[in-house]
Amino acid sequence: MDFQLMLESLPKLLNGMLLTFKLVALSMILGMILAIPLALLRVSRPILLRGPAYGYIFFFRGTPLLVQIFLIYYGFSQFEAVRESILWPVLSEPYWCAIIAFTLNTSAYTAEVFRGAIQAVALGQIEAGLSMGMPRFHLFRRIVGPQAARLALQGYGNEVILLVKSSSLASTVTLLEITGMTRNIIADTFMPIELFALAAAIYLLLIFIITRLFMLVEHWLSAHMRPPKDLEHVAE
Amino acid sequence: MVDLYGFGGTLAAGAWMTIKLALASLIFGLFLGLIGAGAKLSRFFLLRTIADIGTTVVRGVPELVLVLAVYFGGTVVINGLAAQIGYSGYIEINAFGAGVLAIGAAFGAYATEVFRGAILAIPKGQVEAARALGMPSFLIFRRIVLPQVWRYALPSLGNLFLILQKNTALVSVTGLSELMRNTIVAVGYTRKPFTFYLVAALIYLGFTAITMIGNQFLERWASRGVKEA
Repeated sequence: MDFQLMLESLPKLLNGMLLTFKLVALSMILGMILAIPLALLRVSRPILLRGPAYGYIFFFRGTPLLVQIFLIYYGFSQFEAVRESILWPVLSEPYWCAIIAFTLNTSAYTAEVFRGAIQAVALGQIEAGLSMGMPRFHLFRRIVGPQAARLALQGYGNEVILLVKSSSLASTVTLLEITGMTRNIIADTFMPIELFALAAAIYLLLIFIITRLFMLVEHWLSAHMRPPKDLEHVAE
Repeated sequence: MVDLYGFGGTLAAGAWMTIKLALASLIFGLFLGLIGAGAKLSRFFLLRTIADIGTTVVRGVPELVLVLAVYFGGTVVINGLAAQIGYSGYIEINAFGAGVLAIGAAFGAYATEVFRGAILAIPKGQVEAARALGMPSFLIFRRIVLPQVWRYALPSLGNLFLILQKNTALVSVTGLSELMRNTIVAVGYTRKPFTFYLVAALIYLGFTAITMIGNQFLERWASRGVKEA
């Protein structure tokens, strides 16, 4: 093991980590914005709403992310109309193509997590809300939404971890995030073992932090399910 | 039909390679998963610790990094070993083997947890009854535990296999002529990226659909001894 090389490569890899973080954070937020309406369409009754949502989710969960990235980054350039449109500055940029691919991909997985959580909210509560004359939107915001959010938390945390791992595919479209940077340094030094070990350690650390953050949020969101502080010894 | 510019055969050959890669990785991964579960449930602290570290690392590292590390790292290790014993030539590592190792390991790490849960889900009394009848441990595992493990584990294993199938696309970075690699080659010749990547996506989607249907059949088969509610 060449520890000197590992130490020298660390700043570059931390730079790569910054890009990984940007990719993940942005697609996480955009994916969430897409996933909420997608999950609602998926649980709605009319087949014209449910069908397309199901098709979208099936496509993005049923094909490799690598194909999706290539379809967006290389695929769209096949059409002259796209190359001449105002969208081209965005679609010719690997950074944005990766963001688009990750966003669409994660929104499909997240929508399934949310769907499960929405359907897990006790039916009696929805009936109670309806019988009190709550409008549907109100019902979602006050009764279903908050409970579904807590139920979805664990599944969503897993999805974020998968997204961090998926972000390594950005290296296939020339982006220098952790994996891309690692491959770059290996091309120069041909020391794959040292550098992949270092990259793996960085990913493990990132995922460890994310796991901890989600545990913290879960703890915070389930305050009402814990006994009050002065009664904790009774519960045990 | 879509015009494939004579590359239909190339894609079909790639799809066949993807199927072989997926099945070989599945077998290796199931094997690893069973061993891992055995280690995690063992009495020996050392075995448990090794299994814990192994699954944590493999699950926390991107599959693409696993594939690259096994392929390029493996080349360095094997050539280093060969040099030690006095062999001076360059050994190129088999891309298929490296793919099976990496994709199978990723499957195995998750399967370890699945098998562990499934073994724990089997009522203890059954194993105790078998032991009381004087069955040796291995026979208990083969006759009592394993047939039931499938029933508990199949739904999760089915999902893991769906993930594995998609992960095989990552092996294209080693140059193995599976579906993704051959699609990239076809794009290089025809300059029709959208057409070909979409066709590849649809082939993968077909694999997914077939596996989903297969999973349902297998689950029904594994539960054939159980009354349905």
